[in-house]
Formats: sequence, structure tokens, C-alpha cells
Amino acid sequence: MARLVPRSGDAVFANVERVNAELFTLTYGAIVRQLITDLEEVEEVNKQLDQMGYNIGIRLIDEFLAKSNVSRCVDFKETADVIAKVGFKMFLGVTASVTNWDADGTSCSLILEENPLVDFVELPDMYQGLHYCNILSGVIRGALEMVSMKTEVTWVRDMLRGDDAYELQVKLLKQVPEEYPYKDDE
Amino acid sequence: MGREVAESCVDGVIMEMVSAYCSRFYANKPELAARRIDAIGFQVGQQLCERYAMERPRFNDHLEAIKFICKDFWSELFKKQIDNLKTNHRGTFVLQDNCFRWLTRFSNDAASANNDPSESDPASPTAENKAAQATSMYLYFPCGIIRGALTNLGIPCAVSADISNLPACSFVVRIKP
Repeated sequence: MARLVPRSGDAVFANVERVNAELFTLTYGAIVRQLITDLEEVEEVNKQLDQMGYNIGIRLIDEFLAKSNVSRCVDFKETADVIAKVGFKMFLGVTASVTNWDADGTSCSLILEENPLVDFVELPDMYQGLHYCNILSGVIRGALEMVSMKTEVTWVRDMLRGDDAYELQVKLLKQVPEEYPYKDDE
Repeated sequence: MGREVAESCVDGVIMEMVSAYCSRFYANKPELAARRIDAIGFQVGQQLCERYAMERPRFNDHLEAIKFICKDFWSELFKKQIDNLKTNHRGTFVLQDNCFRWLTRFSNDAASANNDPSESDPASPTAENKAAQATSMYLYFPCGIIRGALTNLGIPCAVSADISNLPACSFVVRIKP
């Protein structure tokens, strides 16, 4: 079987069905607003956004693998690069940079300069505890879990809270060995 | 063309929003879940309409505004226009999209179960029943969008959806007198 050549983020993005980003941004914004009204507690909103992201991530990984032709990454460093350069590009049309690696290569930061989730958004003072983009961290966690990586994804910097960039820390907790449900002779 | 994102991002957040409201927050109160989903759509419709209608002159009558929704507004959202517009000239408009983008991923069972309740036992919700319920919950979102957009144009109305003909979807707009 011919080996499929991994495609660049730009090439994949050019080939997926795309929609006007305003629809996405405003829909997400309306959801967050409604969640704040209904759930009242900012912490609970953070939790629900993360959960929604996780549920999206476990489905999105299939589309990602099918369309990007990315094959198994040799290590977590490659995984992080693929998320930053292909994953973000393919879905959100932007790329992230990867920095702040720890010594054993299990934790790094993804930095987003552009973030389509936050156009038109300002965070009122009373909601400073809100992780507005928490759906993103959930997506990454969910998607990685489907390819056997347990991770912890946390926001380190958030421009809505006055920082100079969006920074997500992705920490690999453990790599779950794949278990095949079938035997060789079946 | 402005900035774009993958269609699956929009699909993903809408699906998850509907499922969060229907199965987590208001699992036993579908009418409350429906109202919230509609409210989210309403806000999106209002804001989008505000942006898309910004540079236009005022509409002279309801039909002009509805035509704007069918053509310009729908094209911004779905890259196609509404396929068929009917009206009784007494404040009711039917906007039909022959292949509504957001329904193309739903199964046909949803519609048939919707139309023919006699075939299934109402006491035990079947998979089709559930699918039909999920689809109708999901439709509160685009209905809310249309209602929000028209309200923004100064036309208060009620909007419902009819999907007896999947993947076609008809939105029925009743303008409030």
C-alpha cells in the first residue's frame, strides 16, 4: 500500500468545507452567554465548556486523521507540532507556535496570536474567572485521549484577561498502550 | 471573503450545545431546553443581521426584508439562497431550503418517525423517535436565527420548521400583527 504523504495545514484547510468565521464566533459567544445566564457560577461554565470541547475533540480526531494523512507521531514533540501547525490550521484557519518545553519533553505551551473564538469579545470585570476559550483545551484533551494520550490542558495566558497572548499548557500525563480487542488468529 | 473556519467547528459547537441543553441541563424539561436553544439562535441571528444589513437602505415592506433573509443573509451563512419562497399575503411566509446544510448529516428516519407516529409504540421510545426528537431540538437553533434576524429588522415574528421532506427544510415565518 502506498504510504500517504502528510499534508500541510494550509493544504488541508484549503480542502475542507469552510464557513464564514463570524457565524462560528457569534454562535460560540451566544452559547457562552446563555451558559452564564443558566448556570450562574463561572466555574461551572468553565467546566461545561471543557466538557463540550472534550466531546467535540473525541469526534474531531477522526476527521483530522482522515483528512490530514498524518501518521503516527514518533514522540510528544511531534504531536505538539502537528496540533499547532496542522490541527489548528485545519479547523480554525490559524496556526500556533510551540514553546516552553520542559526537560523531559512531556510538557509544552501552544501560543496563539490569532484566535477566531474571541473576535468581538470583551470580558466584563465580574467574569474575570471565566476561561472564555475553555472549549479549545477540552477539544485538545479529547482528541489526544482518542490517540492514547492522557493530557492535562490548562490556560496560562489569556488576552481577554489582559495578557499579551493566548497560551495553553499541554502536559502529557501518560501514554496508554493500545489494546487490541482482537487476537492475531481471528 | 472574510475569515473562514472549518464547517466542522460550527457543526461541533451547535451539536454539543444542543446535547448539553437536552441531555445535561434540562434532560427532563424539553420545553425549557428548546427555549434556551432558540434564545441562543435568536442572539446569533440578531447580531449577524446587524452586520449584514448595516450598509443597506431601510426595507419598505415585510416582503423586502424576507427577500433579504432568503438571498443575502442565507448566502452569508450557507453559501446558497433559499430555494423557494411562498406567502399567503397575510403575514405568513414559507422559506424552503431544498437541501438544508445543517440537516444533511441527519438520517431520514428522523423525518419518517416524525410523520408516522402510528408505526411506533409511544410507550417505548425507539431509536427513530429519539432521532426525531433530537432533530427537532436542533432545529430550534436556525428558527431562532431567523426570528432574531427579522426582529433586528423590526419585524417581530414566530418561526417554526417543517422537515417532512428531508433534507429539505421549510421555515414557516408568521409575522406578528
